Amino acid sequence: MALSRLTFFVSALALLSFGGVASAQEINLYTLREPGLVKPLVDAFTAKTGVKVNTIFMNDGLAERVVSEGARSPADVLMTADIAKLVEITEKGISQPVKSPTLDAAVPAPLRDANGLWFALSLRGRLIYVSKDRVQQTAMTYEELADPKWKGKICIRAGQHPYNIATISAYIAHHGEAAAETWLKGVKANLGRKATGGDREGARDILGGLCDVAVGNSYYVGLMRSGAGGPEQKKWGDAINVILPTFANGGTQVNASGAAVAKYAPNRENAVKFLEFLVSDEGQKIYTQDNYEYPIKAGAPISPIIAALGELKPDSLPLSEIARHRKAASLLVDKTGFDN
Amino acid sequence: MIFKRTSGLTGFAIASALVAVAVAAPVVSLGLTAAKGSGDLWPHLLAYVLPQAVADTLLLLAGSGALVIVIGALTAWLVTAYDFPGRGLLQWALLLPLAMPTYIIAYAYLDLLHPIGPVQSALRAMLGITSPRGLILPDIRSMGGCILLFGFVLFPYVYLTTRAMFLMQMASLVEVARTLGATRFSIFYSVALPLARPAIAVGASLAMMDALNDIGAAEFLGVRTMTVSIYSTWVNRSNLPGAAQIALIMLALVIALILIERAARRRQSYAGQAQRARRLTPERLRGWRAAGAFAACAVPVLIGFILPAAYLLVEAIARLRFAGLSPAIIAQAGNSMLISAIATLVSLGLGLALAFTARSMRGASSAFILRIASLGYAIPGTVLALGLLGPMALIDDLAFNIGQFFGRNTGLFMSASGAALIYAYVARFLTISTGNIENGLQRLSPSLDHAARTLGETAGGVARRIHLPLISPALAAAALLVFVDCMKELPATLLLRPLNFETLATHLYGEAARGTYEDGALAALAIVFFGLLPIILLGRYGQKSAALAATGAIGAETELSSASAKAAAHG
Repeated sequence: MALSRLTFFVSALALLSFGGVASAQEINLYTLREPGLVKPLVDAFTAKTGVKVNTIFMNDGLAERVVSEGARSPADVLMTADIAKLVEITEKGISQPVKSPTLDAAVPAPLRDANGLWFALSLRGRLIYVSKDRVQQTAMTYEELADPKWKGKICIRAGQHPYNIATISAYIAHHGEAAAETWLKGVKANLGRKATGGDREGARDILGGLCDVAVGNSYYVGLMRSGAGGPEQKKWGDAINVILPTFANGGTQVNASGAAVAKYAPNRENAVKFLEFLVSDEGQKIYTQDNYEYPIKAGAPISPIIAALGELKPDSLPLSEIARHRKAASLLVDKTGFDN
Repeated sequence: MIFKRTSGLTGFAIASALVAVAVAAPVVSLGLTAAKGSGDLWPHLLAYVLPQAVADTLLLLAGSGALVIVIGALTAWLVTAYDFPGRGLLQWALLLPLAMPTYIIAYAYLDLLHPIGPVQSALRAMLGITSPRGLILPDIRSMGGCILLFGFVLFPYVYLTTRAMFLMQMASLVEVARTLGATRFSIFYSVALPLARPAIAVGASLAMMDALNDIGAAEFLGVRTMTVSIYSTWVNRSNLPGAAQIALIMLALVIALILIERAARRRQSYAGQAQRARRLTPERLRGWRAAGAFAACAVPVLIGFILPAAYLLVEAIARLRFAGLSPAIIAQAGNSMLISAIATLVSLGLGLALAFTARSMRGASSAFILRIASLGYAIPGTVLALGLLGPMALIDDLAFNIGQFFGRNTGLFMSASGAALIYAYVARFLTISTGNIENGLQRLSPSLDHAARTLGETAGGVARRIHLPLISPALAAAALLVFVDCMKELPATLLLRPLNFETLATHLYGEAARGTYEDGALAALAIVFFGLLPIILLGRYGQKSAALAATGAIGAETELSSASAKAAAHG
């Protein structure tokens, strides 16, 4: 009884099934970026080219799923929210080299794989939010976050979150592991609350008086201050001043979102076309105006809210260097008990 | 007495074995991953991670376990043994927190209790304090906050299972105790609680495993459980074998805890007595006692449901004014309900097969099969989903080859059809249905089976014509729990769903990931709302069916026991 019922429902479900079979005018997009952001990009691409985009948004495990799907995987484009995942896709061998003059012209060499195994699509800075009322300082280094003068005043998300792992990796790349450990211990000692939540909670907790200094990504400032996240978040965004911090011996730490063409992409041609669209002026405009990111393409316009923060001077460290120290950074977070 | 093995029994046994294989497959697959070796992970874990993670995990389990038992058993007893104003409403309202996913309640309470949220703002206004710094209260983002939230959201697991037990079994014993002059407290503590222990154990273990496997709420509240360590080992260090090893050790711990609990009550027999089963006549409470009982039942509903739901409603209305209703949410609600309903039916069918097999065979192997089938619930959802990737690839290969034989291209059958989701839900929640059904069956005296078999009924016939009608309340409870859990399920849904397939939970997660909470509020409210429907149905049905089942049991048992007495006399 039970089994025949199972068979029945599974076949009924199969009739309702969605993805899978490839047609000439569609691509299948596996993305780690949030659907709210991906949708305007996808809609604009479809409007322009007539190519339908089927999407699935995941939080983790994208690479594992594509690996297990093997040669019959319907995935055409693999999109990630940060550089570490992008490099991981390459390491797992599930992307394929893409040679496109359009992509090579638009994406500066340090922001793409030499063989075209991945391309960065947008950038963001890891910034510092400070209380408008209680902090006068207008410039700061990442190193300074460990200064005891901030004791009990810093808010930050979990050390094990990929955003912070990238920052700690960059710190390791600049100063070495031992110095990074001392620094992390110092930051830990300065925390005003548990290292948890999202970057926006930092701004909210500054308004709520729990801390004076918070670490957060650049685009959250745009999302809060524009009112896109609602009137409450606008208040959070208006309670802070934003500093573009630098490493003592470098620039502002940036991270990149990006994409790759899947190794077994059934619609390879349209997949490349999609990537080319994402780095076109039109695609870049959606990244900068809808999601307040920095463009990867020189000269693409930045949102006025973000431009008002001051000029971004990205750290000269290659992105792949950040991905390389990821494991060491994660181990340090455990070792210093940062999240406890 | 030895029964001939009939075809019905063998059918059950084969089906059960197949189910066990399917459910165990992700665990085996994780074992294979773990066996690949994790390099130098363990010295690091032992030195820096596990001492804290194990302590936090145990504290969280002990705290939320104690809280769900106290709230769940107490409220179940109050609404069963006593009559007080509001009892009729509270009886089913106490189920409502089930519809509230823990990750939603964590977001909602952070908003409510934040220094700039409504509660603290009102408090400061009352006290005449202007700056948030003038009054610093404990942060909900802490172990204490996490335990409280889990306790108030997960207690209905205990309430549901325990109340069913109280309804079915207590009448004569409680009345005897009352006649003998036992105090109200000692009746509860010395009579009701010990008898309800298996039910409390089932409910509490479900609640504790939910707490253990939670990643969203605990992580958001800053509690670093072992589940969170599994996650960072996998995600930040690309060490999936290491993550699988931690998950398997956690699984071993859970199994050990369950075995200890079972061993502790092995000597106690709870199997249904063959005498009359009646419903307990509730004692009428008046004055402060009635008010106290009302408050004790109303406060958990208020904290676990009404406050967060009201908050979501306010947020959702604000959003509707701002952006209007997206038609997509209707489709998402449809997807959520369809896939949850299918998974619930499959889980019930398989749960019945497993529980009947275990009851008919009563052997070590069938008990083993039953335990295997409950493994899925003891593994964090994301990890289980990763473990499912391997077995699903095998099924896809098989389907592809069969398809080739018939000249069709099946593509990736499992992940493209949504069958992957059904598989994942069933693997994860099967134990809820087997646990409830097994628990219901345990209350039926084996003499029923013996009499029926003596009278020439097959094993399948006993199951269909005797057990099934008698355990319908347990079935309804199982259906409700599985359905609501499927509606709320997030990690496996995110990883395994087909392209372009969104459920309410995945939509909510997408919004939350981007921090657009107001958009999320609408989906959250929809999850709660659609989760409510079966709860209300069960609340209404549960009252009637419990009564029906109780009278049905009397009829069936008396009829059969006289029949078996006759048979024995003639034999």
